[in-house]
Amino acid sequence: MSEALIQLKGVTKSYTRGKQSVPIFERLDMTIPQQDFVAIMGPSGSGKTTLLNLLGGIDKPTGGEIVFDAKRMDNLDESKLASFRAGNVGFIFQFYNLMPMLTAAQNVELPLLLTKLGPKARRERVNTALSIVGLSDRARHKPSELSGGQQQRVAIARAIVSDPKLLLCDEPTGDLDRETAGEILSMLQTLNRDLGKTIVMVTHDPEAARYAKRMLHLDKGHFSEKDLAA
Amino acid sequence: MTLIELVRKNLFRKPLRTILTVFAIFIAFAIFGVLATFQNAMNAGIDTAGADRLIVTNKINFTLQMPIAYVQRTRGVEGVKIVTHADWFGGYYQDPRIFFAAIAVEPASYLDIYPEYLLPPAQRQAFISDRTALLAGETVAKQFGWKVGDRIPLKSNIFQQKNGSDAWDFTLVGIIKGETARVDTNFVIFQYEYFKETRSFGGDTIGWMIVKTQSPKDNANVMKAVDVMFANSPFETETQTEQAFAKAFLEQAGDLGFIISAVVGAAFATILLIVGNTMMLTVRERTNEIAVMKTIGFTSQRIFGLVIGESLLLTVIGGALGLLVAWLLSFALQNATGGAFGPMTFTPGIAIWSVVLMAMLGLLTGLIPALRAMRINVVTALGRK
Ligand SMILES: Nc1ncnc2c1ncn2[C@@H]1O[C@H](COP(=O)(O)OP(=O)(O)OP(=O)(O)O)[C@@H](O)[C@H]1O
Ligand SMILES: [Mg+2]
Repeated sequence: MSEALIQLKGVTKSYTRGKQSVPIFERLDMTIPQQDFVAIMGPSGSGKTTLLNLLGGIDKPTGGEIVFDAKRMDNLDESKLASFRAGNVGFIFQFYNLMPMLTAAQNVELPLLLTKLGPKARRERVNTALSIVGLSDRARHKPSELSGGQQQRVAIARAIVSDPKLLLCDEPTGDLDRETAGEILSMLQTLNRDLGKTIVMVTHDPEAARYAKRMLHLDKGHFSEKDLAA
Repeated sequence: MTLIELVRKNLFRKPLRTILTVFAIFIAFAIFGVLATFQNAMNAGIDTAGADRLIVTNKINFTLQMPIAYVQRTRGVEGVKIVTHADWFGGYYQDPRIFFAAIAVEPASYLDIYPEYLLPPAQRQAFISDRTALLAGETVAKQFGWKVGDRIPLKSNIFQQKNGSDAWDFTLVGIIKGETARVDTNFVIFQYEYFKETRSFGGDTIGWMIVKTQSPKDNANVMKAVDVMFANSPFETETQTEQAFAKAFLEQAGDLGFIISAVVGAAFATILLIVGNTMMLTVRERTNEIAVMKTIGFTSQRIFGLVIGESLLLTVIGGALGLLVAWLLSFALQNATGGAFGPMTFTPGIAIWSVVLMAMLGLLTGLIPALRAMRINVVTALGRK
C-alpha cells in the first residue's frame, strides 16, 4: 500500500458528562493510506461518528496525535481547522444536509465561496462536479424537487467540488432504498478508483461495506480488521 | 452566487415573516422621517437665524409696541450696522384659516437686513418707491396663485382703516425666494408708512426692531447697550439674538423635540425587539444548516458576518422604504400645510441620520443571534439527528 494519508497515534477521546469523564477511545492507533476506501462498522454508540469528526477536524482528541498528509492537525486552532476542512475534506451525511433555498448548483458552489475562484471558474467546477454525479440536468432544481438519491448525489458533488483528498461519509445510504444505495456506493467506488479519493465510510449495512476495499470493526474503543477483498 | 446573494436568499426563505418584519421597520422609519421633517419645519427659524441679528421687543410682552423714535436712537449704538423695524398686521387673504405672516416694514432697511430673501433689483426698487406695494414670499404667492401686478386686498384681524374699511388694497410688485429651501417664505411685507397713515389706532409706534451688528462679537455689547438705553422708560426693551428669539417663540408650543424623540424612541424600541426576535428565531431554526456550513469550512467569523449581514439587509430594506415614503410625504405635507408650520423640507441630515439608525438597528439586532450562530457546536448540532 502507498504512504499514509492519515495517522492516528495513541488517540484518546473522552466526553465529560457532568463530573464524569466518559471515555470513547483510549490510545487508538490507525493508519489510512492514500486512496484507501475503508468501511467502518460497529454497534451504535461505539464512536464511529466521533472517529469521523476527529479525522475531519471537526472535533479534537483529548490526547494523542492526528497526522494528515505528514502534518499534525490535532493542535490547529479553530480557524485553521476550518480552512483545513475547506481544503482537504469532503463530508457526506446520512440526511444529505443540503440548503433548502439553494438550487443543486448553488449547493455545490457553497464550498467554493470560501476560495478565491472567480464566478467563471466556480461555474466550471460546479458543472464538472455535477456531471461526475450525473446530475447536470438537475442543476437548477431545489432539494425539495429531487429524490433522496439525487439529493445525496448533490451532496457528493458538493463534497468533491473543491477537490479534497479525503471523503468522510457517515451512513451515506442509511436513508436510501437498496437500489439507490447501490448507485451511491458505486459512485463512491468510482471516486475512489478513478479520481483517487481516499474514503472513510461509516455504515451499519454489511452489503454497503462490501463496496469498500477493507472493513474495520469498531467496538469498545478498538478496531478489528476484516479484509473484504478476499 | 456570492456571499451577499447567500445572505439575500437566506433572508427571503420565509417571505411572509420577512415582509412583516420589513413592514414594521418601514413604519418606524417613515414615522422618524415625517417627524424629523416636521421638526425641521418648526426649527427652520432657529436654524436659518442670522448669527449677527438681534430682535428688540417690548420687555413686558413681545406683542406690545414701542415708539418709532427708538429706531434712530438704536442706530446710534456702537457696533450696530443696520436697524429696521416691523409690525404684525394679523393679515389674511379671503380665508382667515389660511395662515401666513403679514408684516409692515421699512422697505429698504428690511430687505437689507435679510439677505437670504432673494429678489430681482427692479422688484426691490418697485417695492421701495410704491406706497401700496406688496412683496409676497414664494410660499404665499404659490398658495394663492398670485402674479406680479395683481391687486391684492388683505384684511386684518387686528386693525381697521380710519375710513372704516377693514381691507387694505395692495399691488403685488415682487415675489421673494428663499436663498435655500429651509428659508421660510410664508409671509408678505408692505410699507409701514402706508400702514401707519391708514390704521385707525396705533400712532407713531412700531412692533419690534431688528438689529444687524457689525459682527456677532458685538452682539453681547449691543444687546446690553440697547436695553440699558431704554431702561426706566415707559417702553423698556428686551433684546435677544434672533436665534434665541425663534427658540423662545417655538417653546411656547411645548417641547416638540422631546415629544418627537419619545415617539421615535418608542417606535425603535419596539422594532429592536421585533427584529431581534425574528433573527433569533431564524438562527435557532437553522442550527443544523449552520453546523453544516461550519463543517464545510465556514469559519465562525464568517458565520457571524452572514447573520449580521442578514439583519443589516433587513433594516436597510425596511429603512430605505420608510425614508422614501417620508421623502414623498414631505412634499404632500408642504402642500397640505401651505408652509404654515414653516418649510417642510426633507434635508440630507434626515437621510444621514436614518442611515446611521439603520446601521445601528441592524448591528444591534443581529449581534446576539450572530454570536449564538458563531458559537454553534458542530459536533453536538449534527449529533442531534
Ligand atoms: N457531544 C457529546 N457529548 C457527550 N457524549 C457524546 C457526545 N457525542 C457523542 N457522545 C457519546 O459518545 C459515544 C459515541 O458516540 P458516536 O455518535 O460517535 O457513536 P456512533 O458509533 O456514531 O453511534 P451511531 O451508530 O448510533 O451513530 C456515545 O456513547 C455518545 O453518547
Ligand atoms: Mg453515528
